[in-house]
Amino acid sequence: MDVTEQIEAYLLNEMSDEELAAFEQSRAIDPSLDRKVVLHEQFMKQIKDHGEHRKLISDMNVIHAQLDISAIREEVIPTSVKIKVLWKKYRPNVAVAASVAILAVLTTLLSTGSFNQATSIRSDYNALRREWSRDINTKVKRSQNEILQNINASSKSPSTPSLFSGTGFALNTDGYVVTNYHVVKGADSVYIQDNDGNSYKATTVYIHPSYDIAVLKVIDSSFKTLRSLPYSFKKSGSDLGVDVYTLGYPKDDLTYTRGYLSSMSGYAGDTIAYQVDISVNGGNSGGPLLDSKGNVVGIVNAKQDKTDGASFAIKSAYLLEAIQSMPKDSLGRKVILNTKNTLSSLSRGDQIKKIENYIYMVKVY
Amino acid sequence: MSREIKRFEPSDNEVILGILNDSKGVLDKLYEAYFPMILQLVVMNSGNDDDAKDVFQESVIILYNKVKKGDFVLNSKLKTFIYSVCRRLWLKRLSQKSRVTGNIVDFEEVLSVECDIEQQEERDKQFDLMELALGRLGEPCKTIIEDFYMNSKSMQDICEKFGYTNADNAKNQKYKCLQRLKKLFFQA
Repeated sequence: MDVTEQIEAYLLNEMSDEELAAFEQSRAIDPSLDRKVVLHEQFMKQIKDHGEHRKLISDMNVIHAQLDISAIREEVIPTSVKIKVLWKKYRPNVAVAASVAILAVLTTLLSTGSFNQATSIRSDYNALRREWSRDINTKVKRSQNEILQNINASSKSPSTPSLFSGTGFALNTDGYVVTNYHVVKGADSVYIQDNDGNSYKATTVYIHPSYDIAVLKVIDSSFKTLRSLPYSFKKSGSDLGVDVYTLGYPKDDLTYTRGYLSSMSGYAGDTIAYQVDISVNGGNSGGPLLDSKGNVVGIVNAKQDKTDGASFAIKSAYLLEAIQSMPKDSLGRKVILNTKNTLSSLSRGDQIKKIENYIYMVKVY
Repeated sequence: MSREIKRFEPSDNEVILGILNDSKGVLDKLYEAYFPMILQLVVMNSGNDDDAKDVFQESVIILYNKVKKGDFVLNSKLKTFIYSVCRRLWLKRLSQKSRVTGNIVDFEEVLSVECDIEQQEERDKQFDLMELALGRLGEPCKTIIEDFYMNSKSMQDICEKFGYTNADNAKNQKYKCLQRLKKLFFQA
């Protein structure tokens, strides 16, 4: 205590002359005292410096607080850099926001089925071909089998059940059969089967996708030319409310259903088709729509889901137009359509008896 | 890229004399004249306002210490000195944050100030140590030490302020405080 007291008094010049002289003398002869003096002086200075350092910082903080930093920024930083700085700062946020937005949009589109073009507009429009299997692998296998069958050429009828089936009906006696394009779309091979169960190989000779019409030609040698067609094709439009019926293969046997023309336009105002109040199912596609006199007025092709009594049939006028526009080389010669109707005076049962041999199940592999 | 910064700059001699005389106004002038330059430097090199403030204040402290120690030789413009110190400090910080290494967009000419900065770093360490020690010292010791050694108040004033019956008691207390401070400071 005493020593430190003295050192401090010495350093702060608080000593009297005598004390000072005495202290200096003892300092001169005692190195440890000298060392203590030096260290204490240093420490005192350190504390003092510390105080000044602190004061400087607080002074500067006061000045800094008075400055208008944003004005200085305005002055010294070019605008482009400000944007760059902002961009740097918020880039991660922007990235996250953008990905979330994109994800949300994609998810919405996906879940509402917008990517599926065929169903996006016509989500409740149901083409009436009959599906046997959804398995793509089977499809490949089927076509392989088919090729093998062709090489062996031992059997007339396909060895395996078809993947899709629809209905078709004879255009004339030479083995031309009309059906829907959607029935034969993507087909490896096409067979038609008549009401007696005979299968014939056919090829697609003409398609008209926008009218959903396809024309097949039987190429099997065992196919015999038909007797003349009992029905004719109606060139003009039919009237609203007309009684109509159809024959088709929604199952393995020919099935009859009847109804009436309920509207002159089809799905969503489509003028190519009639709306028909008739109960049809998968497999009815491509079947003839006949009026009570046995005129073909259309081809059944679709129905609307979730709506009662809204089936659709392509108008016969468009069928005729499509056939007219068939290129000759795809036929060999022109298709001559039957114009003589032998059904008009018959009862419905007799009509069907006459027609049934001209209605085919179209099987697609 | 660079924009000319127009500011009234105090003459270098005026500043140095001001620092030596503890003139109040000189710090204001210094701040006003050179802070925009440093703000520009830091912000244009991926820093923000607070970074600029820290770096600039550090450079002013270095300048003050250097001038007061008496070893400040004005062989360049004061502006260049401050700029160089700040530049060096900012580069160091950047490399610590490992954001950018090495390159920096320059706006002024540059001096080598490595030595000054190293000294300052040592001083900063001491400053932090002292601050810590004072903090641990607790009251009333902290205030007594600060009043006596930093603010150069007389023992009589301190005696009155803390209500000691006589100056000897106060002195005794101050002595104990100083011993404790030394212990805290050198132990840490």
